[in-house]
Amino acid sequence: MNCQQAKPLIEPYADGELEAAAILELEQHLEGCSMCAPAWRNLQVLRKTLKQDALYFTAPEELRQRIKSALPSPAKAAPPRQAWNWNWNWLTTVMSGMAAACLALLLTVTLTRPPSEQPLAQEIVSSHIRSLMASHVMDVVSTDQHTVKPWFNGKLDFSPPVKNLAAQEFPLIGGRLDYIGGRSVAALVFQRHKHVINLFIWPAKEKDSEPVSIAPSQGYNVIHWTGAETAFWAVSDLNEKELMEFVQDFATAAPLKEH
Amino acid sequence: MLPHLDAAYNLARWLAGNDHDAQDVAQEASLRAFKFFGNFRGENARAWLLTIVRNTFYTWLRKNRPPEKTIEFDDETLDIEDVSASAAAAGPQFADADAVRRAIAELPVEFREIVVLREMEGFSYKEIADLSDVPIGTVMSRLARARKLLQKRLAAEFNQGDPA
Repeated sequence: MNCQQAKPLIEPYADGELEAAAILELEQHLEGCSMCAPAWRNLQVLRKTLKQDALYFTAPEELRQRIKSALPSPAKAAPPRQAWNWNWNWLTTVMSGMAAACLALLLTVTLTRPPSEQPLAQEIVSSHIRSLMASHVMDVVSTDQHTVKPWFNGKLDFSPPVKNLAAQEFPLIGGRLDYIGGRSVAALVFQRHKHVINLFIWPAKEKDSEPVSIAPSQGYNVIHWTGAETAFWAVSDLNEKELMEFVQDFATAAPLKEH
Repeated sequence: MLPHLDAAYNLARWLAGNDHDAQDVAQEASLRAFKFFGNFRGENARAWLLTIVRNTFYTWLRKNRPPEKTIEFDDETLDIEDVSASAAAAGPQFADADAVRRAIAELPVEFREIVVLREMEGFSYKEIADLSDVPIGTVMSRLARARKLLQKRLAAEFNQGDPA
């Protein structure tokens, strides 16, 4: 290795980004080179200099407190909690007789009414479009379900079923975290030819339901179904027939076994 | 709660250049992050929070300040003398925190950002590329140039009053 070759490798080497094969050669060169060795030493001095604690700004306590008090209740300290308790007592007192009955009735109506799917479908389509626009289709890029599934660990409060449908010509190409209907959800990304399919997954209390195609929106087809207390929403610019094929394939494919 | 607030504030502080604006940016970014993932922890959470800090900062910057002098992304446009191998660049004088702080603060914003992400936060090239939405090649060339600039400025500081 000569200086010309060694020079561009010095920084990646210092940063731990140099491939193993090149490391040995570079180390040998650095040992004997009067040009590169000082450059290497100076880089180390600079890096050490930049890492000193004195340069790191720690968050002021007032900032920490301000953020805590702006966060929802679990983060709040004692005084706000007392206020909340007080409000609750006050509320219980007032909420007697007919008021309570009204609330009960209201709750029953709200809970038994089927959830309105149209706004959610719209949100699904928007999220799909956003994922395509921002070159942010995937957080984890892999066609291997054994890579994609563990990637979600610790990022979600549930473990989404991950399946690869390569054999059915819907290869899995990656996964992503997304935010839909007020919660974080898993998005699996599949592909057929050049068409991207986003499959959104989150836990649901609803009982199992067959796949239903929701009226297309902005040229995208959306199919929704529920199974094993999980809500699935598939969205793509694929035609409805192929998207339904995908849904059937996904629903019938064997789930990934836990290791 | 707020496991990576120091990292968020440190990045915001180096980008914004003063405590007041840094607090605003760090607070807005933290609240935004919390809205999406209440108890999102771990290493990925730090990268993810810093992505939000970065985006929040640049949005804030567009609204509040005239465009800061930013760098051209062509390696040729910035003629940085290669001082990395010169003896003047070395020495314990580098450890003077005030001088280093000044040198970093004088860097263009993209260079300050990469110095914080690589040297203070220890992110890999790939993580930095994802975080700042640029190719890895750009990460490497920015980092190399940021380091050269710092070495040059620190060496100049060291040489002041010592023309030899």
